[in-house]
Amino acid sequence: MTLNLNPLHVSLLALTIGATAASAADLSVGLQQEPTTLDPTSEATASIDGMLMQNVYETLTIIQQDGSVGPNLATGWEVSDDGLNYTFTLAEGVTFHDGTTFDADDVIFSFNRAMAEDSKNPAKKIFAGITSITAPDPLTVEVTLKESEAFFLFNMGKGDAAIVAPETADNNATTPVGTGPFKFDNWNRGDRLTLVKNPDHREADIVSLDSVTFRFVSDAAAATAAMMAEEIDAYPAFPAPELLEQFEADPRFKVTQGNTQGEVILAINNAKPPFDNIEVRRAISHAINRDEIIDGAMYGKATPIGSFYPPQGEAYVDLTGTYANDTAKATEMFEAAGVAGSTMTLRVPPFPYAMRSAEIVQAQLAEAGIDAKVENVEWGFWIDEIYRKKNYDMTIIAHVEPNDMGNFARGADYYYGYENPDFTALWEKIRTEADPEVRNALLKEGQEFLTNEAVHGFLYQLPLHGIFRNEVEGYWPSVPVSYMPLKFVSKG
Amino acid sequence: MTYFILRRTLGFIGTLFAVSIVVFATMNILPGDPAMSILGLEATEDALAALREDLGLNAPVHIRYFEWITGAFVGDFGTSHSFRVPVSELIGERLGMTISLAVAGMLLTLVLALSLGIFAASKHRQIGDWGVMFLSQLGIAVPAFWLSILLVLLFAVKLRWLPPGGFAGWDDPVAAMRSLILPTVALALVQSSVLARVTRSSALEVMRQDFTRTARASGLSQRRILWRHVLPNALVPIVTIVGMQFAALVTGTIVIENVFYLPGLGRLIFQSISNRDLPTVQALVMLFAAIVVTANFIVDLLYVVIDPRLKARQ
Repeated sequence: MTLNLNPLHVSLLALTIGATAASAADLSVGLQQEPTTLDPTSEATASIDGMLMQNVYETLTIIQQDGSVGPNLATGWEVSDDGLNYTFTLAEGVTFHDGTTFDADDVIFSFNRAMAEDSKNPAKKIFAGITSITAPDPLTVEVTLKESEAFFLFNMGKGDAAIVAPETADNNATTPVGTGPFKFDNWNRGDRLTLVKNPDHREADIVSLDSVTFRFVSDAAAATAAMMAEEIDAYPAFPAPELLEQFEADPRFKVTQGNTQGEVILAINNAKPPFDNIEVRRAISHAINRDEIIDGAMYGKATPIGSFYPPQGEAYVDLTGTYANDTAKATEMFEAAGVAGSTMTLRVPPFPYAMRSAEIVQAQLAEAGIDAKVENVEWGFWIDEIYRKKNYDMTIIAHVEPNDMGNFARGADYYYGYENPDFTALWEKIRTEADPEVRNALLKEGQEFLTNEAVHGFLYQLPLHGIFRNEVEGYWPSVPVSYMPLKFVSKG
Repeated sequence: MTYFILRRTLGFIGTLFAVSIVVFATMNILPGDPAMSILGLEATEDALAALREDLGLNAPVHIRYFEWITGAFVGDFGTSHSFRVPVSELIGERLGMTISLAVAGMLLTLVLALSLGIFAASKHRQIGDWGVMFLSQLGIAVPAFWLSILLVLLFAVKLRWLPPGGFAGWDDPVAAMRSLILPTVALALVQSSVLARVTRSSALEVMRQDFTRTARASGLSQRRILWRHVLPNALVPIVTIVGMQFAALVTGTIVIENVFYLPGLGRLIFQSISNRDLPTVQALVMLFAAIVVTANFIVDLLYVVIDPRLKARQ
């Protein structure tokens, strides 16, 4: 057999032996949504946190896998008995990626920047209770709150509280500079973002990855192909549960199912008749069958909830049985309320979990004698029409913020249209309670209250599915807020 | 000729002007708020207000339009609301890839369509003709998205010959070309189906003409007749369709870009509409409009080149 050196054949050969093999410590991660900027203190996209929080940027505290708060840039803290004064001790010898030193002044700068009148921090309200921040010495920060806040330390671990440097903060949107174990390397918009290990980080010796490349692949089928073709090593938030089976069956991969803080609810406009009638809302709860919805919309891969609190939370109480699925009873209740046969609209945002759940809920309501219509709306439309103008009967959405039971204390102006002074008072107590045991007991009360009022149809907790090559270790299966610290991840 | 060019240039400007007004009006009527898109649902009212002020959304509509259009005249398309960088930078990053893909797609389409079309015409009423008709029917019916996934499954996942998607830029030309092969093939297979049929019918039309019979009678080979006599005369309808297809190709790359996760203009415009990023949407729509008008202009010029009889009428 002769070797054919025809130029056409040679060039074809060159094209097929294209890519050079990546080193074993370079991780390639697939992400669905690319953010438009890289500053978590000025944009709310979860994937900014997902890529950069605790990797490039750090916070004073860190929220760990189980939702508890741990030390980070603050190695320790003391809280006064009245819960109003916090004294943080900062880590020594930390530098930003541009070489400047990190100290208490940077913390003060970051907080002031977030609290400023013209600040565009998406979670500005977590700083709202701060009345003063001072630095008695470069490694100590004292924060005073106007009232005790149960979630203050937790909130200081969120991406919106990232510690930034005055010298570089303005450019963080395009070239992020932080104190984290990885440095920002490059961003090809629309294609990939690369981080490289920061050798000067205080925990550099536990970091095994040399580089991490995030690839933005939004289509689930394309993501599946990319993983199967071994182009990417991990897809930690895989959006399509129906495609998981082939990965579960493939010995090269492992699939994780974890939980999130996301409560998927059938939100009901409590301010709009007939939904202001508690019996109608209770009837809706009786009409829905959570197991059917989970099987149909999530392929069985989700946990049902009976109130507005995640099952893995410390204070969880199982209220899924309060309104057992009973179509006959629901029909009776709808008739008694005078709404049998009426039309109700379900305006649904363009997320697969919502659209699929809506179809099933529609069928379940139909069985109970309600003519439910499903309208699929665009996200911008949902924000404007449903969220702001409350122009809706029912909708399906996931609330992914942690500690958000306070939504029900936001008054009738919030899109729920729900207001109950007893609950508002209860939430105030929860929000300011420093003792976790007392707080948990109050949170249980809160869950029972909301279920009793049948404010919404509480459906299921949004699961988190991750697909990883077997060599990739260290990813958290459950993520309480949007970030995943890559310092814990190794490959091979 | 100068009158021709002057008329077309005025038409070009007029079209772009009309497009700019329509896009501006549409984006402002659409429900949705860029500030909330960026800051999320939990943002406080004052943060949203500060951002709106920053983005210049509080000025009255006609002022904002005027500022934008005067900027556009000198090539300054403003700053993207969501990316916070100049829109021209965003477009510049992605233009190379989209244009490369569109041009490569068009070239492959032409090669496939012209050869298959002429082949089918030459084998009229025989199995070759029916074969091409059947394949082209499939090509028209099959969605580009589905075809792309099949190509990826075969060439990227099963055979590992080519990457499943992505495009890292032209710094590494070999990798860049490898990334564009499957998207180009997917585009071309669908587009060439339509063009092959047009080519075939146009060629058949020409083959019925007297001069073809004369050429055959004078003893020329079948191949020479087809390529030197039939094709040049069949080009007018083909060129018309090519012009329309090129415009559709550029604007329709969004599906292909999504499946192959390419950093192109199609994905950018989709994302920007979703984010209510007015400056970016405006600039992109104007760009697409300009491409369509230019493509038609070139087609008109080509008519004169292909068919000298049209020159006399100018």
